[in-house]
Amino acid sequence: MTVVTMYRAPHRRNRRTPLASAGLHLALLTAAAVAVFPPLWLLVTSFKPRDDAFSTELVTHFTLANYTHVLADTEFLTWFKNSVLIVGVTTVLGVFIAATTGYAVSRFRFPGMRPLMWLLLITQMFPVAVLIVPLYNLMASLGLLNQPAGLIVTYLTIAVPFCAWMMKGFFDTIPVEIDESGRVDGLNPFGTFWRLVLPLARPGLAVTGFYTFVTAWAEVAYASAFMTGEENLTLAGGLQTFVNQYTNDWGSMTAAAVIIAVPAALVFSFAQRHLVSGLTAGTTKG
Amino acid sequence: MTLAQRVRRTFGTHWYAWTMVAPVVLVIGVIIGYPLVRGLFLSFTDANEANVERTIGVNHIPATYEFTGLDNYRAVLSDGLFWDRLGWTVLWTVSCVAATFLIGLALANLLNRTLRGRTFYRLALILPWAIPAFISVFTWRMLYNEKNGILNKLLSGGGIDAVPWLNDPTWAKLSVIAVNVWLGVPFMLVALLGGLQSIPGELYEAAEMDGAGPWQRFRNITVPGLRAVSGTVILLSTIWTFNMFPVIFLLTRGGPGDATEILVTYAYRLSFVDSPRDFSRSAAWGVLILVLLSLVAAGYRRSLRKQGEVW
Repeated sequence: MTVVTMYRAPHRRNRRTPLASAGLHLALLTAAAVAVFPPLWLLVTSFKPRDDAFSTELVTHFTLANYTHVLADTEFLTWFKNSVLIVGVTTVLGVFIAATTGYAVSRFRFPGMRPLMWLLLITQMFPVAVLIVPLYNLMASLGLLNQPAGLIVTYLTIAVPFCAWMMKGFFDTIPVEIDESGRVDGLNPFGTFWRLVLPLARPGLAVTGFYTFVTAWAEVAYASAFMTGEENLTLAGGLQTFVNQYTNDWGSMTAAAVIIAVPAALVFSFAQRHLVSGLTAGTTKG
Repeated sequence: MTLAQRVRRTFGTHWYAWTMVAPVVLVIGVIIGYPLVRGLFLSFTDANEANVERTIGVNHIPATYEFTGLDNYRAVLSDGLFWDRLGWTVLWTVSCVAATFLIGLALANLLNRTLRGRTFYRLALILPWAIPAFISVFTWRMLYNEKNGILNKLLSGGGIDAVPWLNDPTWAKLSVIAVNVWLGVPFMLVALLGGLQSIPGELYEAAEMDGAGPWQRFRNITVPGLRAVSGTVILLSTIWTFNMFPVIFLLTRGGPGDATEILVTYAYRLSFVDSPRDFSRSAAWGVLILVLLSLVAAGYRRSLRKQGEVW
């Protein structure tokens, strides 16, 4: 719509008619409202007394009762600790091996490279449904059920293929001359990678880290299949037991949901500056 | 450089590369490779809850399932249910990907210009990505709640009858698609915004000099400039949407009836929800899903080849 209006002033691209400007802001405001409303409403609801959870008003009786209930009377903090441990380790390991793989695929032409690219793409197609039963059996025979390590390894396979792809694209945008200067200075490829290229790839690493974190933090199917017993659950699995136990206690659930969303939002706020540049490199060159 | 040196140097280079990719190959090989082969094997048997190897208390019961060849595939493919679910899965994937892409493209174009409050808009529009999907889905269930949800309360304020968002087959389909689009737009937006920013501004200026209108500029500069990004994000988004387990499972559990059940959730239902758990049939569904997606990916690669890109 705005584009059409701009047609009238083709030589003043940076200036818009007031009407075009209004249309632009209106469209963006509407979209922003749709994007923000659900999380915002969740936040608002969590501060209402339990019985008011569905009232359409904003908070009339502000209370933290939902939060204190969730934190004090349930296993929530244990689940939170489990999640932080599992997701933290997954993110660190995932970023690291995605970076080494991406670097290798970007810089070296080696036998097995093309099949590897395919593998990274195809891995993303494997439906949970085919893998989950055999994987469950595999974890059982390795003694990794109910162990953080089991979930960490599983999450790596979900996040790393896409991240490695993204990192490859990112490394492609870093001039090869930098590697060559490293070689001239007597660094081996690992040294070049670690000391010269990796620091330049920080935006890419931020995006990869964000993606890995969010993917692992939000995973439900494996988490609820592999972890049993209250004390081993992660947040995703834990919230499911909430849904079953407190069918009508929407108040507690909203409070729990807000607490779960906060770390993800924090990681997001660190990474968001880099999202556009990091992701673009990955998807254009992928 | 002598031949021996060259060979040694080549070997050295490859050795580094192989070391760097080894962790990924190893992890994928064990965690995906083994279950995949195992799943493929199960799909050729009649394994179910009652005849697989299991341990009850101290008793170890060996597996008694048998090899049945292509029986599972024959049964699945001749069953109207599969084609039914496939039809809806394709519809679901196409409408989600199309809507997500078009909305993402439109918003990216709106955002890619000097504009007051740009950072605010960008943050707000990407927000759905920052929130774990299961939290968002839970929130949407609350909004969609037929009796008390805010959507219906707002509608009734406007004198409109309550809409059975998740309880009527057609509405449920629209509702799950809406939620998935809501979840998917930020990824598209970010990827396409990056794509737009990588198109040199001089191209637009030159086109303007030559008197090209906004539509012509969009058609002849923006669209070709976005082709590479678009191809990748559409492929990825197709794969992800086709296998989008959490949205459907957590929002409707496939219901009402099986109205919103896509192939993946149905396969999951066969091996985890329905009793007795039918592992072999579920595996056969899974293998078929994989075959379908491989066809999509092969088509994508072919189109890349046509454009002269290689890998």
